[in-house]
Amino acid sequence: MSDAPVTTETLRNEHPPQASVPDDRPPGRLSLLRRALRTLLLPASAIVLALLVGAVIMIASSPLVRGDVNPMLPLTAYAALVAGSVGSFNGIVNTLVQATPLVLAGLAVGIGFKAGLFNIGAQGQFLVGGMAAAAMGVTTAGLPPILAIPISVLAGIVAGAAYGFVPGFLKAFTGAHEVVTTIMLNYVAIQVVAYVASGPLRGENVSFARTETITTAALPVLAGREGHIGILFAAVAVPVVAWLLFRSTLGFEIRTVGANPDAARYAGMRPRALIILTMSIAGLLAGLAGATEILGQVGHMPAAYATSVGFDAIAVALLGRAHPVGILFAGLLFGAMRAGAGLMQIQAGIPVQMVNVLQAVILFFLAAELIVRYLFRIRAAGAEVAEMQTITRSYGEQVAK
Amino acid sequence: MVLEMRGITKRYPGVVANDGIDLAVRAGEIHALLGENGAGKSTLMNILYGLAVPDEGEILLDGTPVEIEGPNDAIRRGISMVHQHFMLVPVLSVAENILLGDEPMANPILLDRAAASRRIRELGASFGWELDPSTPVGSLSVGWQQRVEILKALYRKARVLVLDEPTASLTPQETREIFDVLRRLRSEGYAIIFISHKLYEVLEVADRITVIRRGRVVGSRVPSETDEDDLAELMVGREVQLTVDRGESHPGEPLLTVSGIRVQDDRGREVVHDVDFEVRAGEIFGIAGVAGNGQDELVESLLGLRSVAAGTVTLEGRRVTGASPRRLHQLGVGFVPADRHRYGVVLSFPLTDNLCLNDYYHAPYARGMVRDQDAIGRYANDLIDQYDIRAPSATVPAGTLSGGNQQKVVVAREFDGELRLLVLDQPTRGLDVGSIEFIHRQAIAKRDAGVAILLVSAELDEVLELSDRIGVMFRGRIVQVLDARRTNREEVGLLMATGGRETQAVQEATS
Repeated sequence: MSDAPVTTETLRNEHPPQASVPDDRPPGRLSLLRRALRTLLLPASAIVLALLVGAVIMIASSPLVRGDVNPMLPLTAYAALVAGSVGSFNGIVNTLVQATPLVLAGLAVGIGFKAGLFNIGAQGQFLVGGMAAAAMGVTTAGLPPILAIPISVLAGIVAGAAYGFVPGFLKAFTGAHEVVTTIMLNYVAIQVVAYVASGPLRGENVSFARTETITTAALPVLAGREGHIGILFAAVAVPVVAWLLFRSTLGFEIRTVGANPDAARYAGMRPRALIILTMSIAGLLAGLAGATEILGQVGHMPAAYATSVGFDAIAVALLGRAHPVGILFAGLLFGAMRAGAGLMQIQAGIPVQMVNVLQAVILFFLAAELIVRYLFRIRAAGAEVAEMQTITRSYGEQVAK
Repeated sequence: MVLEMRGITKRYPGVVANDGIDLAVRAGEIHALLGENGAGKSTLMNILYGLAVPDEGEILLDGTPVEIEGPNDAIRRGISMVHQHFMLVPVLSVAENILLGDEPMANPILLDRAAASRRIRELGASFGWELDPSTPVGSLSVGWQQRVEILKALYRKARVLVLDEPTASLTPQETREIFDVLRRLRSEGYAIIFISHKLYEVLEVADRITVIRRGRVVGSRVPSETDEDDLAELMVGREVQLTVDRGESHPGEPLLTVSGIRVQDDRGREVVHDVDFEVRAGEIFGIAGVAGNGQDELVESLLGLRSVAAGTVTLEGRRVTGASPRRLHQLGVGFVPADRHRYGVVLSFPLTDNLCLNDYYHAPYARGMVRDQDAIGRYANDLIDQYDIRAPSATVPAGTLSGGNQQKVVVAREFDGELRLLVLDQPTRGLDVGSIEFIHRQAIAKRDAGVAILLVSAELDEVLELSDRIGVMFRGRIVQVLDARRTNREEVGLLMATGGRETQAVQEATS
């Protein structure tokens, strides 16, 4: 079940053993280091394997592109990827900018996993949040930034939360599975954005269907060319969500409902209310991601907004094992790959889409954990990605009354 | 000897789970492996089944040393295991479950379903079972599911059959039937390893008994030369009181009064009809009944986990019909559930969180929304000491503990604090002698402290030993309330099985 991540919580409570007793299983007395390693083993293995698969693809495709086989191509490409993402100040800033929406939306998916919910709807919540932020951004163009920015960001948060509330409510009171409802709501969100940005809020004198450019509500740049203040939102959200999950009674309730809804009910918790609340918090985070991206990066809302942040967030949450700190690092990794992709294309001639391939392969190996465990001889119980259970759990389940 | 295990040693970090264990099983023998939870029985069987590699020792099949590389290898060599928790897929049919992992092919693409069904039918018929191979396993009773597991083993031509606590979830009737099956298999020359910690069962069915304690073989017995007390002492390592000394009870005022309640099951059928009873302070009121006669629903309705369709429940004069679990807990109601994995513990959570599962939200465990990890840790360590929970630390996940210790976690949590009413639903199911003794003593102590105790159990002996009064539940009604001191096994057993005479049952239903 839940993967008991290493937190200061476990640190503080680590007591010397009370009694050494023969048990039919090895006791859970593992050093913190071993526990941490065990938790990291699978994600790390998946990343390594993905890089290897990526290398094979590059070498195999090099005759098609260049006419010769170049076994060194992957090294050139990965070196460029690293150089582009962390090799310069602007590269680092760009990595942070790219990681920001991934981390925020990743938290939206991760908190769902903790409650036993598979929130595929981060994409829709992201879009609706971005749309609402853009709408407030253009309508507050007359206000000073000190007002325009909070209003616009808040609009994104509220819209996202509301968009998360809906599947939560449906799950709690009708048993409608969140996977089904959130997928459908993703399509609804796409259409809502298309309508609003090409209809009522379509900008004048713009070449394609989009809103006006956001002016006063645009997030100020703090560092480099585009290091906007939204980076800080993610930096704050990670510890806040971690605190919520592992330090607060609400987080305890969320985790209990996720791990054992029946026990939660007997302990006096209210699974229905918690499902609704968790989905709303998830929507809030994804909505914030959307608002940040639109106000900080894009500068307007296009009617046909091509993004996959909400889906990439699922990969981020899985790679981060649904733990806020893990999600932070997974988001940074994916952000870095996006930031470095351009240089990789220039220096090695590998298209930027290679990054999506790597990401997909990582996800594949996380899902097909048995393969990874076999390849790396990982036998330890508890090494599996518990979140997969949430994903693969059957649809027939009923919410505890 | 069909199977010999010699000098098996298995060490886990900090623990020697098996310490030079020798075990020899003959063909045509039922060999019981007796030991408390955590004694090392499961480790030994995991080694036999290829799930764990021994650090020392060897396994011989028909006198030849073998290395068992995994369950598939074990099955190929004729070793099959029937786990305590069945490894069946509920939505698949009997035939599909039996074939799983060893599918007979009519051609390279298609399964030979017809041949498989025929063989399964024949196998079943040889035991006199009328089993339709196309029935979904999920619709079978626990007893029948077990037979499917056994058929699965036989289908794979097992010669050594390991049954891990096969009677843990069976009714007395089903237990008798499974024993007949085992005896039948014995007469056909199978070697059977029967893992249990129920002494009378072992004495009844086994040919030889090997007792394991703390990873070592501490004795070997033949049923005719031993008795329950002897076995219990071997198993626990000290003299054990098998029957708890319940002493005198001093019942006071009625504390829990249930009148005319009706409860429905998940499908909306009424399964508790117009039940009345009361439990007095300082009294243990037992409800005896064959599983599935409405006890589960009755208990759930008393604890706020299931709605009450009609009738009233009062606790110390307060109306608590349909009160929430939290409200009841605040009023001093404790509950030890039959299925501890469902209501009792969150397996992935550390003991700290499990021990404050009901009280996590208030001081000193939380201030406002902030949990106080220190207070939670201190409280957990107190309870771990007080209730002798054997765990390496308070932060290990509950799922890593043995069943007995998991139950102690539940008992510690539910028995602690200001108690008025305790509901014990099969509190010792699947536990070893030492744990049962412990829990029974704790219950008696609470009774003597003036707590009202409602004990629900399908274990007739448990109800008879502990209760002051016994209500026999049959088809959703309490058909009769008996004075535990003036009744006996036969009377209660008969009432459990038949509900008494029909006319009497109707009259007594409201008494």
